[in-house]
Amino acid sequence: MSLDKSDVEKIAHLARLAIDEADIPGYADNLSNILEMVEQMNAVDTTEVTPMAHPLDAVQPLREDRVTETDQRERFQAQAPSVEDGLYLVPRVVE
Amino acid sequence: MHDKTLAEQARDLEQGAYSSEELTRHYLERISALDPQLNSYITAAADSALAGARAADTLRAAGEAGPLTGIPLAHKDIFCTDGIKTSCGSKMLDNFIAPYDATVVTRLKEAGMLTLGKTNMDEFAMGSSNETSFYGPVKNPWNTTTVPGGSSGGSAAAVAARLAPAATGTDTGGSIRQPAALCGITGLKPTYGRVSRYGMIAFASSLDQAGPLTQTAEDAALLLNAMAGFDLHDSTSLERPVPDYTADLGADLKGLKIGLIKEHFDPGLDAGVADAVDAALAEYKKLGAEVVEISLPNTHLSVPAYYVVAPAECSSNLSRFDGVRFGYRCENPTDLADLYKRSRGEAFGPEVKRRIMVGTYALSAGYYDAYYIKAQQARRLIRDDFVQAFESVDVIMGPTAPSPAFKLGEKADDPITMYLSDIYTIAANLAGLPAMSVPAGFVNNLPVGLQIIGNYFDEARLLNVAHRYQQVTDWHQRIPKGFE
Repeated sequence: MSLDKSDVEKIAHLARLAIDEADIPGYADNLSNILEMVEQMNAVDTTEVTPMAHPLDAVQPLREDRVTETDQRERFQAQAPSVEDGLYLVPRVVE
Repeated sequence: MHDKTLAEQARDLEQGAYSSEELTRHYLERISALDPQLNSYITAAADSALAGARAADTLRAAGEAGPLTGIPLAHKDIFCTDGIKTSCGSKMLDNFIAPYDATVVTRLKEAGMLTLGKTNMDEFAMGSSNETSFYGPVKNPWNTTTVPGGSSGGSAAAVAARLAPAATGTDTGGSIRQPAALCGITGLKPTYGRVSRYGMIAFASSLDQAGPLTQTAEDAALLLNAMAGFDLHDSTSLERPVPDYTADLGADLKGLKIGLIKEHFDPGLDAGVADAVDAALAEYKKLGAEVVEISLPNTHLSVPAYYVVAPAECSSNLSRFDGVRFGYRCENPTDLADLYKRSRGEAFGPEVKRRIMVGTYALSAGYYDAYYIKAQQARRLIRDDFVQAFESVDVIMGPTAPSPAFKLGEKADDPITMYLSDIYTIAANLAGLPAMSVPAGFVNNLPVGLQIIGNYFDEARLLNVAHRYQQVTDWHQRIPKGFE
């Protein structure tokens, strides 16, 4: 798969990544090369093969649904770029 | 003190040859004096290390010391450490001080060990040369114009240069074994699910696993004893009993069946590395082992499958870095979309961006089956090859990396060439198998690693096989010039 400038712009948007205009051709080259490399998988017929999600085919363990964590909001929010009254601040999204 | 293994230091501490405080101070002095040449640490934690050492000495005086009490070690900067910066090698987390300890950190603390500092690494563990770190590349102590490997390059370089007796690392596609090979030390990636990943910043969740980087297999066994086991906080950790990994280290290798991977002796393999692996196999034959050639016919699918699975999972895992709750935030965002895009765009390096974009593409509508499902199918074929091989052999061997350490900058601009540095290590991650790298010689004064892959939960046998080899060779005892 060969990607062009508009493909990279679309992927960058989906990934919420700002990419410098000047870097787009380089990324288009890199990503095209990587996709070409991974497409070597297509040489092998896997029609009958069940996809493997876990090496030991383990299933998700479940636990009893009860509160086990204590409230550490202030401690956690001490890491945040911007908080007020226990809320994370971001630019206004609703006018 | 620093020329001793962790096991020897444990005996010295027990016999009172020196105190934990003296040992820790010695390493901290070495880090200040020698690490500027290597850049193996992102953060040295002198105050907390010394406080931990004094507490360990008090515990010992009270007769309450365990086998690892008072021994310092370094943690890869991917493990969250309460009160010490955890950057994951990224500008994104340059200001991040975790509010809790990773389970691996907690367990090693509970065993009495103390943290010397946090080691340098490829950004978010994405790299094979430690050149993608926001904090600059690490240099290989055997030749400072070459790379230490990655992504646990700081841990490997620090142990090789004896700036820590041991270190933790993580391995998603070879990130413990490849740097261990390039730096001439011992590295173990346990079975997927053997060691808790709670508090270990996620890269590719179906592949990531934590393990020790040490001078010897015996030291790795001691650390794994403390690290392994079920953790309620990690839903992928497996509820299986943890054996004493030191118990069978000395077991006889007579009759051991070693499978040699035919496909790993390909034209891409350095001739000197091939010779070193052959010489190691000759030693194993002298120890009574039998060597047979085996084939893993789908192993050529490993790198392609990995570069779908790992980027896909990374694009999902790294979506948590959004500039809202922790980590880097851009200046003056105009709206929420701008905040997300610029915070991520400004704080992630080029390799992380590449992988996020490859993963985003592979998971996007219309491409999911062709890439992600196809890769998971390839993954099962790769796994089944190993399952079949282990029906006739006890362990599998081959080179860890196709060449010794390469020059800084040599592959930095060519992602595909860089990805091929992990061509022999990736399959074990895709299959979830335990695997080690042990020092097996030198080519042009640069170390070579022998890879040993085991069956599921067979870490004790891997360590036994590595230990017996280390009893009859001295590659693992070599210390790079200038760091003796």
